[in-house]
Amino acid sequence: MTTHESAMDRRRFLRLGGAVAAVTAVGAPVLVASDRALAIELTGALDQHGADTLLAMLRRLYPHASLGDVYYLNVVADLDSEADGNAETRQLLRDGVEELDTYMSLAFKKLSSGYQTKVLEGIEGNAFFEKVRGKAVVALYNQKLVWRQLGYEGASFPKGGYINRGFDDLAWLPDPPASASPPTNG
Amino acid sequence: MASIDKTDDSAVVVIGSGAGGGTLTNELCQKGIPVVLLEAGKRYTIGDFTNDEWEAFNQLSWLDLRTASGSWRVARDFPNLPAWICKTVGGTTVHWAGASLRLQAHELKARSTYGDLDGANLEDWPLALEDLEPYYDKAEKKLGVTRTNDLPGLPGNNNFKVMYNGATRMGYEHVHTGRMAINSQPRDGRPACQQLGFCFQGCKTGAKWSTLYTEIPKAENTGKLDLRTEAQVVRIEHDGDGKAKAVVYVDANGDKQRQRARAVCVAGNSIETPRMLLMSDSSMFPDGLANSSGQVGRNYMRHMTGSVYGVFDKPVNGYRGTTMAGIVEDESRFDDSRGFVGGYEMETIFLGVPFMAAFLNPGAWGESFTREMEAYDHMAGMWLVGEDMPQESNRITLHDSKRDQNGMPVPNVHFDDHPNDIAMRNHGYKAGKSVYEAAGAIRTIETPPYPSTHNLGTSRQSADPDRGVCNSFGQTHDVANLFISDGSQFTTSGAENPTLTIITLAIRQADYIAEQMQKQEI
Repeated sequence: MTTHESAMDRRRFLRLGGAVAAVTAVGAPVLVASDRALAIELTGALDQHGADTLLAMLRRLYPHASLGDVYYLNVVADLDSEADGNAETRQLLRDGVEELDTYMSLAFKKLSSGYQTKVLEGIEGNAFFEKVRGKAVVALYNQKLVWRQLGYEGASFPKGGYINRGFDDLAWLPDPPASASPPTNG
Repeated sequence: MASIDKTDDSAVVVIGSGAGGGTLTNELCQKGIPVVLLEAGKRYTIGDFTNDEWEAFNQLSWLDLRTASGSWRVARDFPNLPAWICKTVGGTTVHWAGASLRLQAHELKARSTYGDLDGANLEDWPLALEDLEPYYDKAEKKLGVTRTNDLPGLPGNNNFKVMYNGATRMGYEHVHTGRMAINSQPRDGRPACQQLGFCFQGCKTGAKWSTLYTEIPKAENTGKLDLRTEAQVVRIEHDGDGKAKAVVYVDANGDKQRQRARAVCVAGNSIETPRMLLMSDSSMFPDGLANSSGQVGRNYMRHMTGSVYGVFDKPVNGYRGTTMAGIVEDESRFDDSRGFVGGYEMETIFLGVPFMAAFLNPGAWGESFTREMEAYDHMAGMWLVGEDMPQESNRITLHDSKRDQNGMPVPNVHFDDHPNDIAMRNHGYKAGKSVYEAAGAIRTIETPPYPSTHNLGTSRQSADPDRGVCNSFGQTHDVANLFISDGSQFTTSGAENPTLTIITLAIRQADYIAEQMQKQEI
């Protein structure tokens, strides 16, 4: 289990438009969501192709049709950030991207969904796969907007808990008797 | 708060401030006995707690390096996190769910009741339920356990509604919102539960009992307690007569300190407690302190556990409300016609999205996994917790090369399921599936055991000094002024969540220590 530190503070979110041009001018890779709602500037530890390939890998690892690219981009940015400070991770990711691209004689990001899955099944368990999967399962599902998509409301204490906000609002089954489930006290 | 000189040898030194150590400390202080309480972690307040799973995990968990081995899946999925327990003042009572159940009479006579099972190192406890009952009474009053002492049960949440309907349709009869150390009404200066759904992250209202804001401040108010935080014990020293003499710890600055002691009580949870004894080997105790039996570190139990989640076509929102206020008790009986000895409880459980992703099926990915995550708010969940078999080969050992931040050998946790554990889990998975199907589930998910939250048995009680480490008071057979004060002393695990029994044993131990001190026996 990894310690998740959001890369949010270290990363610049760019609204597409003038800002992108300014950044691309200095040459740092930029990840752009497929819906073009958001782009993220990377450190350069991952090159553009590597970042794009990891994005494709993440979408195949944890495919949620309801989630836009931006949530996966945040995971790529976390990986990029770690690679920026850790030469071992940087090499692992670069080698891993190359392995993805050579597994089937076509670049990974050009493969069909089924072929991509087959490649990932083929490398499952290796150090690169586990690095990406381990990071993703924490970083993808630790985003508050992802929680909302999945129906989780997050912190409840600031709202007074659920005592008056539906902790027992399930109405499609009969309520248990008071002997099993007494009414609220105090 | 007292300040006890390091050369003062009149105080009891308690190591660990959780259910065992925190309770024992307060009980001793209330009797006027001075205590130095050494806690490896930091002290937080309720205000420091957060309703965020990963943040709270990083704040409260014991994250010092540990290793795991054996065929249990935790060793593969979480090789450096064999146990999910706390390093903070209050210990794992900060994180616990609050389920407070008594052991059953037959569970204290496991070897006599179950007979000798191949591969199991069963033993009867050196005490009977009657010995514990007066102390269980005290513990339940101390904690304010619901459904005891006329305290009402907690109101059931959505997750419990599903469990209740499914379980009763299946014919289970003992289904309710549990006996919980969580206030169902204001009590002891703490409010009633507000149904936050973040019991595991440190209770933000204090409705859940924890030594952090009950026993420890009460002990401080006696003027008898010297609590030292970020004090990690590396060695327990003895004198030429083989009596415990001092405790060596590393303080927050990384400096070694030595505290003299009249008696030493070890309550570091069932991984650290044997580790400390094993690290305290000497020419007089070559296999580790109080280890003439060779049982220190052995018979590690972590309860038969597993979870079942039911997926429904209508929303459940099972994350809302008190996490574990829901129980089916019917399978906790002894009935070996089911194909296993011992029994198990079914208890409501639910995780937030971050932890559901990490623990639902560790390592899983792809569409089958994301389909389950997308059903998150349509799920109900239960935890299976049952008696597991003590095995000599399930044990805590000192790693031969890996060292922690203090240069001390890290503990390795080795665990293999006993066939009885597998048979029980298999039964529980099927029963859980039936419960949710009876409530209308469209499918169910079998989730493997989480990193261990119930760690037991590694310095166990036994009447025979060759078959265990301590007597029924937790006093070690080898060293009269050295006590085991946590779940390590459990002879067998029983089916029940262990905290209430740890607290009960601590209250009983405090009486015994006071009596022994008065008689000048220690």
